[in-house]
Amino acid sequence: MPFHFANVLVFAAIAILFVLGSLVGGHFLRPHNPTAEKEMIYECGEKPIGQAWYNFNPRFYLIALVFVIFEVEIAFMYPVASVYRSFIEKGQGMLAFLEIFVFVAILAVGLAYVWAMGDLEWVKGLKQDVLKAAREAREQPRKAA
Amino acid sequence: MQGFLDNLIRHFGHDPATWPWTQFVYLGGMALFAFAVINFAAITAGIFSWAERRVAARMQSRVGPNRVGPGGFLQWVADAVKLLTKEDLVPAEADKILFRAAPYFMMVGFACVFVALPFSHRLVIADMNIGIFFIIAVTALIVVGIIMSGWSSNSKWSLFGAIRSAAQIISYEIPGGIALMIPVMLAGTLSTQGIIRAQGGLPWQWFVFDNPAAFVAFVIYFISALAEGNRTPFDLPEAESELVSGYNTEYSGMRFSYFFLVEWGNMWVMSALATTMFLGGWQIPGVSAATLDAATGGTAVALELLSLAIFVGKTLFWVFVVMWLRWTLPRIRVDQMMNMCWKYLVPMSFAAVAFVAVWMLVVHAVPALGLVMRAIMFVLGVAFTVFFVYRTAQNIRDTGDKFDFTSNW
Repeated sequence: MPFHFANVLVFAAIAILFVLGSLVGGHFLRPHNPTAEKEMIYECGEKPIGQAWYNFNPRFYLIALVFVIFEVEIAFMYPVASVYRSFIEKGQGMLAFLEIFVFVAILAVGLAYVWAMGDLEWVKGLKQDVLKAAREAREQPRKAA
Repeated sequence: MQGFLDNLIRHFGHDPATWPWTQFVYLGGMALFAFAVINFAAITAGIFSWAERRVAARMQSRVGPNRVGPGGFLQWVADAVKLLTKEDLVPAEADKILFRAAPYFMMVGFACVFVALPFSHRLVIADMNIGIFFIIAVTALIVVGIIMSGWSSNSKWSLFGAIRSAAQIISYEIPGGIALMIPVMLAGTLSTQGIIRAQGGLPWQWFVFDNPAAFVAFVIYFISALAEGNRTPFDLPEAESELVSGYNTEYSGMRFSYFFLVEWGNMWVMSALATTMFLGGWQIPGVSAATLDAATGGTAVALELLSLAIFVGKTLFWVFVVMWLRWTLPRIRVDQMMNMCWKYLVPMSFAAVAFVAVWMLVVHAVPALGLVMRAIMFVLGVAFTVFFVYRTAQNIRDTGDKFDFTSNW
């Protein structure tokens, strides 16, 4: 068993050396004369406007949060899945099935909740209530008059 | 591989359990194998880059690279030499440390997959007991590399591409991960070799034809793998028409080549994984795994090579399908991509897991039902394949397509 995981370390080390080796080796082959234009950020030929490090659309963070929840549940489910067959062969199939069923049901309820809350909608247009409020706000002065 | 090294030590007259240099031989052997496998991956990625351009050219009725070497085969070597001699630019306003570090993360995430990925009956670096789980875990390093490269570039195109790519890869990891759970349930092990052993050489012994849910899981896995490898129709992270090149816009030369090495190498990984999990892996039709274990001498070598050829053949077929899809389907929109994942594939994969859990109980109670279902699935599969080939042949007849391999090759 330590042998198997030692392999992972060795592979990671060799992969790093592979990249490093080719970059260092290439250093003697490639030219190196940077100019201000070459070092500029590419923005379709124009001078870049400002930095790219600014606030980003929050829907990506929502997806990331949903992902974390589901991925953790999957990580918990893999061991159950791998022993399911041996449980069936021992005659405890129903127990293992209920176990898996509870897992899947929790995940499914989570998915249904996220779906119902509208977090899976990618195009978040202005919702009807927001539009209605805006319309009412516009019509308010007219009614008052 | 440990067995091989042990035999090597015994061959020189030492006992691996007591010989003090055993650990060093192990380390040296691991390093050699790692170097060989990473070079194999790099060379396959290079050859795929040539093959993809030839396939694309064939599908679009143009010539493709045909100048360097026979049929342009050495094009990828020329490309590698060109990339090696290109100037390595780091933008002045980039986060230089992260910018330089990103390709390492990509390569480590990509190389570590090969530790648990089998090639043939005996040829696997380490038959881990958590094999498939390990593969799912280390591929996540590639996302880290993508985000690092996109953010550190300080370029808007790179940032958009990286964030999109991250959102896409992590989203599709959910259905892909759940779909891969089904072979694990059917085989009762996480080891990649164990999953292949639980299948058989003949198509109706493969997990893909085990039951309808397993077939659905295969399709879900394949779609997810396409999305995780940023392949068309899910190549939004590097949508050339809107994001220039996505997360690797600012990269050049050798550093840039690693992103594409990983992308093309991933085609091998996803196809080999599909072969392992669903399509019987290296199993030889009519030869059981026990026969393979027991074989000695010349028979063993012949069977080993045959199993290797079968595994590579199946894998290359799916690599071709991936290329085929790229030149057939248009790119989909971001919202369609997200809808497809969360509203179709995730519920379907849950349903498939629940179905397989019930099905395994049913088959345990009435074993004959399992055989009947395998037979039905296999017949349906053959019927579909025959229909597909028939329609394709008819299309070729109707449009008068000719295979012109001589003048343009």
